[in-house]
Amino acid sequence: MAMKDVAIVGVGSSDFRRLYADKSQPNDVYQLAAEAFRDALDDCGATQQDIDGLICTNIKYGQFGETVGLTGPGFVHDLEGTGRMAGISLQEACALVRSGMADMVACVYATNGRTAGTKYGGGDADPAGAYDAMYGMTSTGAYVSMMYQRYQAMYGAPDDALAPLAINNRANGARNPIAVFQKEIDHDEYLSSRFIAEPLRLLDYCIINDGAVAFIVTSLDRARDMRKKPVRVAATAGKAELSRSYISPDFYFETSVAVADRLYQAAGIGPDQIDCMQVYDNFLPTILFTLEGFGHAPRGGSWEWIRDGWIELGGKRPLNTSGGHTSESYMQGFAFHVEAVRQLRGEAGDRQVENCNTVQYMCVSPIVTSHIFVAD
Amino acid sequence: MDVAAYAKLLPDITPRNKPFWDGCAAGELRLQKCADCGRYRFPDAPVCPECLSSSASWETASGAGTIWSWCTMHQKYFAAFADEVPYRLVYVRLAEGPLVISVLAEDSDDSAADSGGTSSKELRLDQPVHAVFRPRPGGRVIPQFSTGAAAGM
Ligand SMILES: [Zn+2]
Repeated sequence: MAMKDVAIVGVGSSDFRRLYADKSQPNDVYQLAAEAFRDALDDCGATQQDIDGLICTNIKYGQFGETVGLTGPGFVHDLEGTGRMAGISLQEACALVRSGMADMVACVYATNGRTAGTKYGGGDADPAGAYDAMYGMTSTGAYVSMMYQRYQAMYGAPDDALAPLAINNRANGARNPIAVFQKEIDHDEYLSSRFIAEPLRLLDYCIINDGAVAFIVTSLDRARDMRKKPVRVAATAGKAELSRSYISPDFYFETSVAVADRLYQAAGIGPDQIDCMQVYDNFLPTILFTLEGFGHAPRGGSWEWIRDGWIELGGKRPLNTSGGHTSESYMQGFAFHVEAVRQLRGEAGDRQVENCNTVQYMCVSPIVTSHIFVAD
Repeated sequence: MDVAAYAKLLPDITPRNKPFWDGCAAGELRLQKCADCGRYRFPDAPVCPECLSSSASWETASGAGTIWSWCTMHQKYFAAFADEVPYRLVYVRLAEGPLVISVLAEDSDDSAADSGGTSSKELRLDQPVHAVFRPRPGGRVIPQFSTGAAAGM
């Protein structure tokens, strides 16, 4: 029996630039979430009454449901506020629709990480983490910096190896009206950026901000009767690599390969047929690990591959066209899903990828996930 | 260093991890070893992740390891370490298998360089190191590592 096809039909996201500009008082995450949800409903022409599945990330379904008058869904689930949950959220929505557990699912994410002063390092350590904190080791970025230090030494990547990624994200952010940072940077500006956890620099880090993202998922059959052109989920796959450390001894390579194999097989689409890539970039080295694990660039050679004109707008595989987490905003992977939809609908304005028919989302983290989206 | 802030970062000593801390005080790296399959683990855990056995003993490890990687922290995340930045951290693969975060003793102790250690200098991937034990402010002894010649070797 053929599996039921699933599509994203509506998307909504905050104006990240406006939110970044004002940190005078904490934003209410439920207000941000409600506005993104309302935009996503408007985008597809649905109402709260159409939504019978609700997956919340970093907010609670009870308060959210009451806030937006979504009080009788058939299925609810709260996911933790980590970046790896963006892919999981869509996967769960797809599974619900395919199984018939729900007909139309809202995936909603919100954060006030900037105005509420959320710490992404130096906070209360968990019991295992105390064995690291007692040396002054903390923050996901520092663990990624250790992976990158080893990567650099293994493959001869120079000090400026990540510069093309930082420059590309900013160049794309400059074409995205809701991106936080819209000023392009050059190579010298990258190299003069201060170290946070050396070898990583400030410009290698995502931007902590406030904001919300929502997307609406339903069956392709139903999607075709809705307001806009559906974006079909051609395939999705995931695999965890769980440990107490964020460090993967092979930079998540084998885990990514396993996900890639299943994904490309299920979609019948390989890396050569991808028109646009949305790559989870909490820290820029994650993009290198991703390109290699998913077969876009040779192992150990992605830092050279990204210098060869592939990833820029106008290249063969434009990457992080919204500006990504280092220029648009750190929305823990969720906003990449929205950007994928906007690209496939041709709604991306100045940053539109020409003839964009396939977009791949990839997240390399302790749960590696990836989806391939196609224009219906 | 802010000793009170530092004390709060230290793991609590519990009945289950006490042998590790007793080992540090005695200048030995002690690890839990599964009584059924022989796998070493760190930190202490209720069961063996390999065979799920609840039965384990505490064994004195060799103290030998290799540097998997390192980074230098410039950001002031912890009040206790605010005066220490920048400071280098290492990730060491112990000969028995577990990976641990630590620091190099010679990075804070120039005299160690005189015995052949690497003081704030270039490190190599997989460079051999061995555990050394130093009391920290407040008195707790924690494992550090040295690139110099191991005592008694
Ligand atoms: Zn065992």
